[in-house]
Amino acid sequence: MQLALFIIFGALAVAGALNLLLQRHPINSALSLVVVMMSLAVLYWSLGAEFLAAAQVIVYSGAIMVFFVFVIMLLNAGEEERTTGSRAAYIVGFPGAAAIFCLLSFVFLSERNAFGSSNVGGYLNHITSNISEVSSLLFTKLLLPFEVTSVLILVAILGAVVLARKEQ
Amino acid sequence: MPPASTNYDYLWLIPLVPFAGFLINGTIGRKLPRALVTAVALICTAIPAAIVAWLWIVMKAAGPPDVIQAVSQPWIQITGLTVNFALTVDHLTLIMLGVVTGVGFLIHIYSVGYMAHEEGYWRFFAYLNLFMFFMSVLVLAESFLLMFVGWEGVGLASYLLIGFYFKKDSAANAGKKAFIVNRIGDFGFLLAMFLIVREFGSLDFPHVFNAISVNPEWHGGMLTAIALLLVLGAAGKSAQIPLYVWLPDAMEGPTPVSALIHAATMVTAGIYMVARCHTLFDRSPYALGVVAIIGAATAIFAACLGMVQHDIKRVLAYSTVSQLGYMFLACGVGAYAAGIFHLLTHAFFKALLFLAAGSVIHALSGEQDMRKMGGLRKRIPITFWTMTMGVFAITGIPPLAGFFSKDEILYQAFISTNPLGKLLWFVGLVTAGMTSFYMFRLWFKTFFGPEHFEEHADLHDHGAAVHAYSGSHAVMVADPEENHAHGVHESPWIMLFPLVVLAILSVIGGWVGVPAAMGGHDEIGHFLEPVFANGVAAETATATASHGLEFGLAVVSVLVAAIGLYIAYVFYYKKPRTAAALAGRAPALYRLVENKFYIDEIYSALIVAPLLMFTRLFLGGLIDGGIVNGAGAAAGGTTRGLSSLVRRIQSGNIRSYAGWLAIGAAAVLLVMIFGRSIWPH
Amino acid sequence: MSAQVPIAAYLILAAVLFSIGVAAFLIKRNLITIFMSIELMLNAVNLTFVAFAHMWHQVSGQIFVFFVMVVAAAEAAVGLAIIIAIFRTRETLNVDSVDLMKS
Repeated sequence: MQLALFIIFGALAVAGALNLLLQRHPINSALSLVVVMMSLAVLYWSLGAEFLAAAQVIVYSGAIMVFFVFVIMLLNAGEEERTTGSRAAYIVGFPGAAAIFCLLSFVFLSERNAFGSSNVGGYLNHITSNISEVSSLLFTKLLLPFEVTSVLILVAILGAVVLARKEQ
Repeated sequence: MPPASTNYDYLWLIPLVPFAGFLINGTIGRKLPRALVTAVALICTAIPAAIVAWLWIVMKAAGPPDVIQAVSQPWIQITGLTVNFALTVDHLTLIMLGVVTGVGFLIHIYSVGYMAHEEGYWRFFAYLNLFMFFMSVLVLAESFLLMFVGWEGVGLASYLLIGFYFKKDSAANAGKKAFIVNRIGDFGFLLAMFLIVREFGSLDFPHVFNAISVNPEWHGGMLTAIALLLVLGAAGKSAQIPLYVWLPDAMEGPTPVSALIHAATMVTAGIYMVARCHTLFDRSPYALGVVAIIGAATAIFAACLGMVQHDIKRVLAYSTVSQLGYMFLACGVGAYAAGIFHLLTHAFFKALLFLAAGSVIHALSGEQDMRKMGGLRKRIPITFWTMTMGVFAITGIPPLAGFFSKDEILYQAFISTNPLGKLLWFVGLVTAGMTSFYMFRLWFKTFFGPEHFEEHADLHDHGAAVHAYSGSHAVMVADPEENHAHGVHESPWIMLFPLVVLAILSVIGGWVGVPAAMGGHDEIGHFLEPVFANGVAAETATATASHGLEFGLAVVSVLVAAIGLYIAYVFYYKKPRTAAALAGRAPALYRLVENKFYIDEIYSALIVAPLLMFTRLFLGGLIDGGIVNGAGAAAGGTTRGLSSLVRRIQSGNIRSYAGWLAIGAAAVLLVMIFGRSIWPH
Repeated sequence: MSAQVPIAAYLILAAVLFSIGVAAFLIKRNLITIFMSIELMLNAVNLTFVAFAHMWHQVSGQIFVFFVMVVAAAEAAVGLAIIIAIFRTRETLNVDSVDLMKS
């Protein structure tokens, strides 16, 4: 079953990513990205990170991507037009991406025996649940980073408000 | 024998006190009042003179010989060479010191009056004190290296003082010329020192001369080479052929400078050096012969040129060159004592002549051209009488100083073992006649006959006027309020006092060297015997010496001098147009001599011009422009080129930034993945 | 137990997503699309972290993903605000027209 999950949702994620690449209108790209994120949430769940899966759905695709869609609709961005730099970008972009992929996969494949296998139910058999593990770590040993991130979010809010304001 | 424990460290005061004077006047002299500058300068010259006088007493009282030393810290101490800062005084040094400090002090006094209206008063005395310092070091030095320090230093002081009126182009150029020509001589001196180190392993006089003395079989060869190189150095400093060209131009400096440096002291340094190294020269008859020939040739050549000069200082300059030639000649035939004797008397009367000329120039408000003088003897009597003493002394009229010293030289040349001895004697004789002629020419033209000068009713200033050559009153630098009485007037007493002293010395100065042939005891010869005991002259003294010969030769030279006097009398007093008529009958020859045989132009074309071209093209163009500039330009250009390449990354295009980001990240990844082996884990 | 999926598979999947993100970043011309490709890359990295957390049986990998998400959110907020500001002055979202930093 894990294999089936992996294959279906993995393929879905890749398809969504490719669609993001190939679509011309940004709204189509945004919606493809939402698909990718949902698939990833399932994959997180299959790897035993339930809290993250939930966070992925709620925060990432539910908030951040909605934000993207709002901005696209606000700015009424149209289809992309072709410009002079496009040709050069194609020449550099595809081979570059391919090179990175080859590099990374080379590394991962050369070490695949050391990685071992995944176990769907592995975590689910533990006494403590995933979320209690995460929270116990987060609020004890990593309390300071946690507080700092809340400050970070505050700063981001302020920055966004200032930057996006209309000139008075 | 002075006890060995006696401390002679006070010898160091002789050079160091004037140096202190230089420091004081040089640094804060500009702000001090004139009186204080004068006081500092005079005190710093009087103290060494007093110490030298004290030394005379000490050395005389100590009885036979000798030499005293003051050694201080080691200077260079490496394997193979040790040089100390050491001073030494023997009888030769005493005479030189007497000249340097005594005549120097008198000239300082004179300068107080002469330079009274000058703008750079403090600078003048600072340089003069500096000169005294270096000259003392030169004379007192116990090693070639320390002497060389003094040698170079007096060259520096000479440059500074010749170019004292630095705002005038000709003065600055003259200073440069003097320094550069001197450098050529110094090059010879340096090479000689290198050879000495190689041969003897030391630069100390006692060490080198002892080594030569204990090896009587050493002759010629390397010693000749060393001696010839030293002669080159001496020729540069003492203005002999071929390096005499700087001395006439050096007259651009103020007259006291000409008197002190270019008559009495600095130019005699070459003679002193040859005399000091006589042990070395005696072993090389070839070098001695060269010295004698150069001396005689210079003497007659300079006398020729001196006969047609119109500037009073130039006549005296060529006269100096000629008299230095006499001294060289004396050393060349081995009569070192005679050479030093003439050095002494020459210091007296040449300094006197220059100072008196300065007095004349001062009286005429800066006029130096003799064609614009005449009839001054009634106007400036004291100057006239003192200058007369000087003229009579230099022409060798007995019983004044020049007669005894010059005749000693001529006699020694006649009886010397040098095969050219008689010829050298004859050349010296002819030169004596020419000397008499041009000196009396100067005497008649300046003081007798009709007055050709203009009375200057307007303001004048010594300094500005005296450096206005040939009558053009170009630059007025001092305060116009400081007027003197209008018209021709005698100099102030502060300038006349040294003249009188030097005149007296010119009369009686020769009496220390009256030879036995004329009933004297030749004190100076005996005084210098310990120094030159093993000299060539001692050997030849027993040759064909006879009192009758000496007396006869003396009579001949007096006759020749009288002939010169008579001719000058006829040309310039009785029938003043004779000279012009003669010149008119041989215009080409006259012009040739008047233009100094075009030697300066020949040097300029043969040596200076190619050197300049070489410098400009090769050193200036290729090395400086090409390599040095090129290196700088290359560094700059490389940076510029590289940066123009790198600048393209900043295209403003976000996607290219992204591309570069990705490439950078990929590079880091690569290094991390595959660079494991080179990491020091 | 069903057939197990090797961890390497998850990693390869993440690599694929990352490469596609890089390609999109370099190729697309719309500012917002480029921004979205950054989010895609971040997600791929998150997947990698979670896979490794699973491999090591530790939860710290997931904590890191948590922080990455927070930062991504903040960054998205500020970045989009900037894009809005740019759009106001330029009326275009073409990335090639934003080249004022050209030297």
